[in-house]
Amino acid sequence: MTTLLAIGTKKGLWLARSEDRRSWTLDGPHLLMQEVAAVAIDSRRSTPRLLATGYSEHWGPTVLWSDDVGTRGADGTWQETEEAPIRFPTETGAALNRVWQLQPDSVDRPDVVWAGCEPTSLWRSEDGGRSFALIRGLWDHPHRADWVPGFGGAAVHTVLPDPRSDRVTVAMSTGGVYVSDDRGENWSPSNSGIGAPFLPDPPPEFGQCVHKVAADAAGPSRLYAQNHPGVYRSDDGGASWTSISGDLPYDFGFPVLASPRTPGLIWVVPLEADACRVPPAGRLRVQRSRDGGDTWSEVGRGLPDGYWGSVLRDAACVDAGDPTGVYLGTRDGCVYASADEGESFVQVAAHLPDVLVVRAAEL
Amino acid sequence: MSVRVRLPGVLAEHADGQRSFEVEPPPSTVGELLDLLDGRHPRLCRRLRDETGSLRRHVNVYVDGENVRTGQGLATPLDPDSEVQVLPSVAGG
Repeated sequence: MTTLLAIGTKKGLWLARSEDRRSWTLDGPHLLMQEVAAVAIDSRRSTPRLLATGYSEHWGPTVLWSDDVGTRGADGTWQETEEAPIRFPTETGAALNRVWQLQPDSVDRPDVVWAGCEPTSLWRSEDGGRSFALIRGLWDHPHRADWVPGFGGAAVHTVLPDPRSDRVTVAMSTGGVYVSDDRGENWSPSNSGIGAPFLPDPPPEFGQCVHKVAADAAGPSRLYAQNHPGVYRSDDGGASWTSISGDLPYDFGFPVLASPRTPGLIWVVPLEADACRVPPAGRLRVQRSRDGGDTWSEVGRGLPDGYWGSVLRDAACVDAGDPTGVYLGTRDGCVYASADEGESFVQVAAHLPDVLVVRAAEL
Repeated sequence: MSVRVRLPGVLAEHADGQRSFEVEPPPSTVGELLDLLDGRHPRLCRRLRDETGSLRRHVNVYVDGENVRTGQGLATPLDPDSEVQVLPSVAGG
């Protein structure tokens, strides 16, 4: 079984392959000089499809796909529609800035792909990622005027479609978590219990800066959120959240990961604090919990000391392997892979541009 | 008479591999030229302006050597034999 690891950076996409998740070969760059902030490996089809965003400071954003780069590497080809794949309707007066998330839906909806974008918007493709339609229910939401851009821009950056229902959960910065139970027609904020220390008390109904949300292997009624700051868990699909930061030495960071295989198995990548966004003492490590965040322990043998950057919100991912693989990318262009649930890591790549996103899948 | 369009090499793949081509009959403004290009080479045109119709921030268009940003923008008139050059501005890191 080959594991494919897609690495999106500020200046292109690299692909790494491994048969054992310990020894890796690196192939790239693809899409050189395009910022690849979102990538998806759509393994629902017989030939895995790679979807990637390309963004140029000069030439703007686009979405590309390939049905053979994942298997053929540099001999494969990228494709792009003639018309813009994501294009705001004229009456909105808006223009797409960036695509921050590409999320294939469930195997039962094999042609559906979601895109989270800047300005804050959600889009759905019904043709495998070639063209996307704006989800008007979220775009027209009365809260929109109060969704304030964070430093990374105002965007939907997390999309979690429920494979067993019409529920879709999104997270945006800022704005927080919103949930739709009708595939995007109607949306409600879902931030009860999540703090917003950058706003006056009490915490608002919405406006939180949730950095990432992940669904537990047991199902989407149990969610985890890495907030700004704080780590939270919901056991009711986001209706209410409780802090699971108590046992964590540091509660700031960007990614949160959940094993797709083992309920309760989750990871965060702590930074020292909001005001000190570096790994504690310059040691890049992972905090892992096996009980849904009740208790945590530091893991990450093989991760570097003396790293003073961060791991961005999509620059970490898990795979579907057994045991679960964990992957991290850093802002100094290093990528690390763990085949043992984060216990130990090997270096997959070094000296790439800033890593914005990693995604892994078994081919 | 025709308007000549010159592109940076990186955009040629979005214009049938051409870095330079002629457009006739000549459009009367830069905006008309881009509308026309949108029909012929939509992948090219969406790299020059966004869906609101605005020129992208770091794209410069010169008409006979003059940057349209310092002129009338997309309303900048074209002569029947104008040369329109697209250049990326200094940006990035």
